[in-house]
Amino acid sequence: MAKDQDKILTDITTGEYKYGFYSDIEMDQIPKGLNEDTIRTISEKKKEPGWLLEFRLKAYHHWQTMSMPHWANLEIPPIDFQDIIYYAAPKQKAALDSSGDIDPELKKTFDKLGIPLEEQKHLAGFAVDAVMDSVSVKTTFRETLAELGIIFCSFSEAVKGYPDLIKRYMGTVVPYTDNFFASLNSAVFSDGSFCYIPKGVRCPIELSTYFRINAAHTGQFERTLLVADEESYVSYLEGCTAPMRDENQLHAAVVEIITENKAEVKYSTVQNWYPGDKNGKGGIFNFVTKRGLCRGENSKISWTQIETGSAITWKYPSCILRGDNSKGEFYSVAVTNNHQQADTGTKMIHIGKNTRSTIVSKGISAGRGQNSYRGLVKVLKNAVNARNFSQCDSLLLGDKCGAHTFPYIEVDNQTAIVEHEATASKIGEDQIFYCNQRGISTEDAIGLIVNGYAREVINKLPMEFAVEAQKLLQISLEGSVG
Amino acid sequence: MLVINNLSVSIDGKNILKGINLEVKPGQIHAIMGPNGSGKSTLAAVIAGRDFAEVTEGTVTYFGRNLLEMAAEDRAKEGIFLGFQYPVEIPGVSMVNFMKTAVNEQRKHKGLEPLSASGFLKMMREKKEMVEIDSKLTNRSVNEGFSGGEKKKNEIFQMAMLEPTLAILDETDSGLDIDALRIVANGVNKLKRNDNSTIVITHYQRLLEYIIPDVVHVLYDGRIVKTAGKELALELEKKGYEWIKKEIENLN
Repeated sequence: MAKDQDKILTDITTGEYKYGFYSDIEMDQIPKGLNEDTIRTISEKKKEPGWLLEFRLKAYHHWQTMSMPHWANLEIPPIDFQDIIYYAAPKQKAALDSSGDIDPELKKTFDKLGIPLEEQKHLAGFAVDAVMDSVSVKTTFRETLAELGIIFCSFSEAVKGYPDLIKRYMGTVVPYTDNFFASLNSAVFSDGSFCYIPKGVRCPIELSTYFRINAAHTGQFERTLLVADEESYVSYLEGCTAPMRDENQLHAAVVEIITENKAEVKYSTVQNWYPGDKNGKGGIFNFVTKRGLCRGENSKISWTQIETGSAITWKYPSCILRGDNSKGEFYSVAVTNNHQQADTGTKMIHIGKNTRSTIVSKGISAGRGQNSYRGLVKVLKNAVNARNFSQCDSLLLGDKCGAHTFPYIEVDNQTAIVEHEATASKIGEDQIFYCNQRGISTEDAIGLIVNGYAREVINKLPMEFAVEAQKLLQISLEGSVG
Repeated sequence: MLVINNLSVSIDGKNILKGINLEVKPGQIHAIMGPNGSGKSTLAAVIAGRDFAEVTEGTVTYFGRNLLEMAAEDRAKEGIFLGFQYPVEIPGVSMVNFMKTAVNEQRKHKGLEPLSASGFLKMMREKKEMVEIDSKLTNRSVNEGFSGGEKKKNEIFQMAMLEPTLAILDETDSGLDIDALRIVANGVNKLKRNDNSTIVITHYQRLLEYIIPDVVHVLYDGRIVKTAGKELALELEKKGYEWIKKEIENLN
């Protein structure tokens, strides 16, 4: 760990968006545009059962009645939904057979991203589902996990292999009517990950999904569904990158988590989509609906997110605390530099008795970045003894950026205790001079201070990710001083 | 090693230092005394490279190089250390990480490999013992929640870690009880070699009972008005600064 920190410091001096390359892979893609036929084509390509096509069409018809939400503190340029390719899949030269070999070109891409798809080479303790554009290309360690009864596969395979589980859980946390982007996703989603942890099983390794947008003009619409049955535990990681392009690309995902009695899910994201260039050209629009349902008693869902990428982020990982004594947590670091905009936060809905939630949000704004925290803490009538603690901190670098906090608190039960703390600070000149006087350059000093500021959240990440996140924070803020 | 020649400095158009002359040779300890507002801390900050004052006249050279052209971090890497009068808190940044970065920056500057984790921790342990700093302090964030005395001891600890060629201690004794004062002074004395130098800036003579200066200067109204041996400090303690003020007025 200590050695890695040294490396981070040297890395900062060379920090640019490292994942901006494009892989020239032959694609199977459908024409731009969205209509009923598009949806039927996607469903057909995936050889889906009728019930799923029906779900998609219902979502599509509902979506047609909706309009883009404009309540967020974001300036979103108009999006032409007919100008997007809704399905693009890398053509695998060697078809996926029973041995599970994948196309060498694809393997090369993921190697370059630091995500080796061969199990023997992979970081010990990680299983990966690799998703490129619209499809999952490889899931590692499946057999090992299967011995424990853990199901970890692409969403498409789950639809075929475990239709009962999918039918039972899909759309129960984020219904297809939920919001504009969730409805769109429900209509056109092409793949994603599915994970089921059976009763009493603690998943021994970290499960992760790595999302890569590669093809131009495409949108990525994936769904992740995680089900933790009674007394089970899983730690899940999500990473994402995209090539550097002048166009904006849309990423509208849905993540649903369900925890039964005494189950626990820890969901971590290091979001590093291409943020656009210094002048705000290009970058990913990240409009994501993530929600967990603590269905069982004494269950727990914990979200940790490090948001450094995307031109625009619109994302509120939330917890519905339905089971008595259930717990929800949200730890977030969101960075906006240059022209990036983020409106992110969480919702904690207390329904059960003795439910607890913790929110720690750390916003960092630099350049002309605009960073908003938006959070709702809602305590319903029957949520006796609900507790919430929220802490929202903002750190500003420079004087052209902005930090905003929009906390909403709705309490319908008098026994609830809801606390909210907020701070806003600037990196002080005296702090920088103190570091300078010890031989530390201004750029390194800011790196140290920012990582110190975000440490409480970074510490919640699994270690390999924590190191990655520290590096990212420094690279994202490169050139933001002076 | 340090030669200050006719240095004048203003802050927001106000003249703070008015023609300072000072030469510090290797192995020397200089004490700069003077009443509040005489320009002591400004002088320390200008030598360390804080970018807040305008040098209107004069030169500062350090081993023959123009110090005023060097960035603060380069001066630090060349061995200039400032013990702050008000050490700054940096929440969330651990002392270990902070010191490790500082020590390795200095090593890089000297063309040395960074210290290994174990080598660094060993060094921390030795220096902690040397300056008698509570090991709990170094497990915390930089100066965060430290008492006044702990902050000052932490400055001396950092000085021990960085082994400066020229250390400037700005009012390091202020706010210290007698035990802390002794610890701080012991630390400074232990770090003394015949090739490094120290400038002790202080208001009171008390610290100079523990750190024996070779030269004592009195800074008054932006000028060094008196320079003598260590006995000057005792005289000042006895007669107070009023005596100096009168002497100057008589001269005028």
